[in-house]
Amino acid sequence: MATTAVSVEKKNYINAEYGIRSWLFTTDHKRIALLYIISITAMFFIGGFFALLIRLELLTPAGDLLTADMYNKAFSMHGQIMVFFFLVPSIPATLGNFLIPMMVGAKDLAFPRINLLSWYIYIAAAALYLWCLASGGVDTGWTFYTPFSSQFSNTHVVEAALAIFIAGFSSILTGLNFVVTVHRMRAPGMTWSRLPLFVWSHYATSIIMLLGTPVIAITLVLVALERTLNLGIFDPTRGGDPVLFQHLFWFYSHPAVYIMILPSMAVISEIVPCFSRKRVFGYNFVAMSSIAIAAIGFLVWAHHMFVAGISVYAALVFSFLTFLVAVPSAIKVFNWTATMYKGSVSFSTPMLYAMGFIGLFTIGGLTGVFLGTLGVDVHVHDTYFVIAHFHYVMVGGAVLGFLGGMHFWWPKISGRMYPESWGRLAAIIVFIGFNLTFFPQFILGYVGMPRRYWDYSHMPEWQALNVLSTAGASILAVGYLLPMVYLLWSLRYGKPAPDNPWQATGLEWRTASPPPTFNFDEIPEVTWEAYEYEKMPLPEEVTLER
Amino acid sequence: MFDNFPLWPASASTQSLPVDLLYIFLIVISAVATFGIAAAILIFGMKYRRRHGREAQPIEGSLILEIAWSIIPLGIFMVVFVWGAVLYFDLRTPPRDSTEIYVVGKQWMWKLQHIEGMREINQLHVPVDKDIKLIMTSQDVIHSFFVPAFRIKQDVLPGRYTTLWFRATTPGTYHLFCSQYCGTMHSGMIGDVYVMNATDYQAWVTGSAPVGSLAQDGYTLFQQLGCNTCHNMEVQGRGPNLRGVYGNPVQLEDGRIVTADDNYIRESILSPAAKVVSGFKPIMPSWQGQVNEEQLNSLVAYIKSLNPPPVGAAGTSTNTPGSAAEPRD
Repeated sequence: MATTAVSVEKKNYINAEYGIRSWLFTTDHKRIALLYIISITAMFFIGGFFALLIRLELLTPAGDLLTADMYNKAFSMHGQIMVFFFLVPSIPATLGNFLIPMMVGAKDLAFPRINLLSWYIYIAAAALYLWCLASGGVDTGWTFYTPFSSQFSNTHVVEAALAIFIAGFSSILTGLNFVVTVHRMRAPGMTWSRLPLFVWSHYATSIIMLLGTPVIAITLVLVALERTLNLGIFDPTRGGDPVLFQHLFWFYSHPAVYIMILPSMAVISEIVPCFSRKRVFGYNFVAMSSIAIAAIGFLVWAHHMFVAGISVYAALVFSFLTFLVAVPSAIKVFNWTATMYKGSVSFSTPMLYAMGFIGLFTIGGLTGVFLGTLGVDVHVHDTYFVIAHFHYVMVGGAVLGFLGGMHFWWPKISGRMYPESWGRLAAIIVFIGFNLTFFPQFILGYVGMPRRYWDYSHMPEWQALNVLSTAGASILAVGYLLPMVYLLWSLRYGKPAPDNPWQATGLEWRTASPPPTFNFDEIPEVTWEAYEYEKMPLPEEVTLER
Repeated sequence: MFDNFPLWPASASTQSLPVDLLYIFLIVISAVATFGIAAAILIFGMKYRRRHGREAQPIEGSLILEIAWSIIPLGIFMVVFVWGAVLYFDLRTPPRDSTEIYVVGKQWMWKLQHIEGMREINQLHVPVDKDIKLIMTSQDVIHSFFVPAFRIKQDVLPGRYTTLWFRATTPGTYHLFCSQYCGTMHSGMIGDVYVMNATDYQAWVTGSAPVGSLAQDGYTLFQQLGCNTCHNMEVQGRGPNLRGVYGNPVQLEDGRIVTADDNYIRESILSPAAKVVSGFKPIMPSWQGQVNEEQLNSLVAYIKSLNPPPVGAAGTSTNTPGSAAEPRD
């Protein structure tokens, strides 16, 4: 039905203007989203390179590939780049930026120039970070624990801290833009209860960005000031408290986990109904659970500190609240699964990622319950169990959501279809590679391997599991590179995408692929509920390669 | 074969089995949940796979199901929460008559000081079936004392004491790790815990021939540093008499009452002005930077030994609050 939309030479946001200036000075949210996609993908591969070094070093027990200092820098910069320069901006700044105005029926975000500013701030931060990397890097771990970071490390801590401080403003401005857009820019008839769950989840994410990011920013400034001006805030010999840093750091960095996972949940909440041809099961519960996660997520930070020297009573309260925050996550998993019940399910590429997400996030979430359990956390804290847990959430959850979303909206973003069979193959490779990489690390952790160990020659019994993990990582790398290749390939050789290849319900699918600069020829008036799949035809099979 | 491919850590303390049981319980419920979800996804995917002539049935949701899958997980979580909390309180509460060992972490080694005077580096010899309490501090950055076979771990902080306790059940040699990243040779900050039966342990104590106990070292240092000129243990001097102070409440100049535990004594040596005892002037100089962590430990051990026996009991049993050791003005 929609194939007429790709007829010759229709103006869209990509061919509206030409030349590098038209991109660097654009205020179009869709073009800014593309700028972000390119930037964060570059940072992802730099962070991935450090992951490669880590896995190769751990292939053998002896510390033989890198020096100890090089290894420490490798895991520190892997973590900092992946968290602050990939995961935090990943879905919000790309898919969120591209889709939220269209999903609410607006021409752009509320503050288009602030949106461009936030990309420049991100680039300035990334440039400073890369300069820090080139001038020797940083070895504090991504967590910057004091007094190691403030008094003992001889690396470029100040530069790294400032880079992350600056990146924080990019995040704050993006969050601000989303909150105002959702409140003020909704099209006529687009009530809160008609918002796609993608928007609900991003709204919750934006609240965390606005309220949490200033805390990490000021905390890292304190570390930088302590190093440069010798303040003594975290120095116990002058009445300071190193554990205070951990409170401040995790006050942001635990909610930051939800900054990374909520947008992924946003993506999954769109994909599952579309490929099941059903309204999402329990819309209100899925929407409200996002808000509950954002709210309770601010109250659980000290569960990272059960062995850090906090009182047993504080630990008791934070453990209890941690169990509470697990409930809304469980609600989401059950609702997505129930959405498939009596649906009309197709195993297209985005759906494969979504199903992978549900399974891996379930494992990631449940192992989080292990860590919230006081008596068990004492043993597994700071071991590979923790590493495995948060990679199940951040890679199995956040990255699979990102990849699933990139595939789902690729026809809209690029105006081209990707090759479906390659897409499915890559999704399966990512799933297998991921599990092979990280599942052995749960076992390693319980056996007792601490995180951040460069050399384990006194514990050669850990090698077999590490070899499995490294083997898995190489499969995972193939799974990451494949979409890079065929998505770029599709830009030139892919079939032109119809306006609505999946016959999905969101407003973004009611405009052209790729959309015109101001998204809609005329502002839509919404007279229907979200996810009315019973009123949509099935997608044309021509889009599914045989 | 399984020697080179362990799937489970050795179990060698009274805390190993309780932690393992809870861990196994968590694995079972997690496996049930994960396989349940995975099975539902696969079954729904197969059974309701897109076919010609069959349409999806619109279903809004179900309040009963929503309540059920909120309340049931919450109920299970609460069981786990209480179970884990009980274990944690046990792990964090050393028995009263534990044998105390002082631990100093520094980049990148563990130094251990026994009350009897033995000193070790990256090795810890302990008798089997005895409660051992570790009183730990760091000379530089944060470290973490981790013995997987005992299922115990505690961060070791600069500037204060943290404690950890265990009761080893099986003689043998077990790994000791630093589990908090502490710089270049973090992965080299490892050692061995030797759990020995009573006779072997006695032989080891005799063989290591300590010159004097930790408290005696502390006494010598106390004289050398001139502490005794103000802290006279027989008559009231310019500073409080320290006999019987340890473990008891102390009335401060600002009206607060604090317990004179290890951290209080440590702070009173390094930052004497922070908590001045009622009736005394803040005239004591700080010893920050002038005594190292091991010397501090010996001073603390000496002041503890001034309590009426049994020495080493961390309780307040023998003295009543405001006893003779408490100065009055």
